[in-house]
Amino acid sequence: MRIIKSEEISNAVKNLIIHSSVNLPEDTYNGLKAAFEREISELGRTVLSKILLNAEIAKSESKPLCQDTGLAVFFVEIGKDVAVEGKNITDAINEGTRLGYSEGFLRKSTCDPLSRKNVGDNTPAIIHYEFTDGEKIKIMYAAKGGGSENMSVLKMMRPSDGKDGIIDFAVETMRSAGPNPCPPNIVGIGIGGNFERSAILAKKSLFRELNEPNADPELAEMEKIIFEKINNIGTGPMGFGGVCTALGVHITKEPCHIASLPVALNVECHSHRHSKIIL
Amino acid sequence: MNPIKITAPLDDEIILKLKTGDEVLISGTIYTARDQAHFRLVKLIEENKPLPFELKGQIIYYVGPTPEKPGEIIGSAGPTTSYRMDKYAPLLMQFGLKGMIGKGKRSPEVKEAMKKYKAVYFGAIGGAGALISKTITSSNVIAYEDLLSEAVRKLTVVDFPAIVVNDVYGGDLYEEGREKYKDKYR
Repeated sequence: MRIIKSEEISNAVKNLIIHSSVNLPEDTYNGLKAAFEREISELGRTVLSKILLNAEIAKSESKPLCQDTGLAVFFVEIGKDVAVEGKNITDAINEGTRLGYSEGFLRKSTCDPLSRKNVGDNTPAIIHYEFTDGEKIKIMYAAKGGGSENMSVLKMMRPSDGKDGIIDFAVETMRSAGPNPCPPNIVGIGIGGNFERSAILAKKSLFRELNEPNADPELAEMEKIIFEKINNIGTGPMGFGGVCTALGVHITKEPCHIASLPVALNVECHSHRHSKIIL
Repeated sequence: MNPIKITAPLDDEIILKLKTGDEVLISGTIYTARDQAHFRLVKLIEENKPLPFELKGQIIYYVGPTPEKPGEIIGSAGPTTSYRMDKYAPLLMQFGLKGMIGKGKRSPEVKEAMKKYKAVYFGAIGGAGALISKTITSSNVIAYEDLLSEAVRKLTVVDFPAIVVNDVYGGDLYEEGREKYKDKYR
């Protein structure tokens, strides 16, 4: 059994958070550049060029890409032959979150849902665990902003709605979101599972690299159709009009109940801050 | 198209010239406020109590910046989504507010109030907080320090980039832009 100290996990989480806040991942930067080439609206191109310039300033000046440095979201894969010494892994990740948001001068955005009083240290993080083979721990992190998260929708559809129903749901959700979630967006869709599982699948879909093809040809085809339809809505960069409303559409599916068709759509902004580390 | 340079606070002469789709560069003094600050400002008005700043002619920027590092004027400071302030905005316009900077759609009530009280809604580029922060040359918390990033700040800005989304004539860039580029992807 391999042993990892909880401090090592906290430290890795802290570094992931600080790094992600100022470095736009390469897949996203390239996606935005491609969108700039593709955009036909002059104002849309101006917006995209400023978004790209913002990424360069953030990196060179170590200044957060966006003031909404998000809620800290983690997908963690734990090998069966590794154990954590010291704190339990949830406490270790929360400690790393606390340190990352404080030492990185990031905005603390967690608050009580009713009193709206700020928690003050951006905890608790949202953590999803999976257990795998091997002796490693893989930590995938995303800073998830509120503006795009607020436009996300979960729908318990009817099995008879089928693929066409899912496509319409995705397009109408993005039409209704319009300029609010900072387009161009990445659209994560979870199909199947149950109520909560579909939402987790939608969130996890966002972690796939942009333009990495879906291994399932049927889902790849659906992604292509939804991508084209969303870009034909006309919303464009920041909603000022244009043909670049989506940077990517990512779908994940899992088996569901014979009576159900759960579909969740998680919207991600163009400031797509995600990174991972294997310990 | 060359951006139009305007100076805040705003007067009707400037406001009436601004049209939906205009790119502007804003200089002068603006104030920040978002959810909780709006809640408190509106409560003060309803109780006939004085506000922490004079609303007449002012622009409110919907922003909650990241904490500034030592030596920095302000942290990352891009716009937040505006609809959460829709409930409060008409009353502030009634009491003299002339401009709002944010991102995203406004309600029919807010758009009506903009026509009635002659105020403009500017869209800034969401997710461009590092870029926008470079146009802010001073920042002072003037109220509600307990709200942390949501405190009310008085900002001095130079050439802050924004787009006129809603003008006083009922124009709406989000609707017009979408109509223009609908079905144009391929």
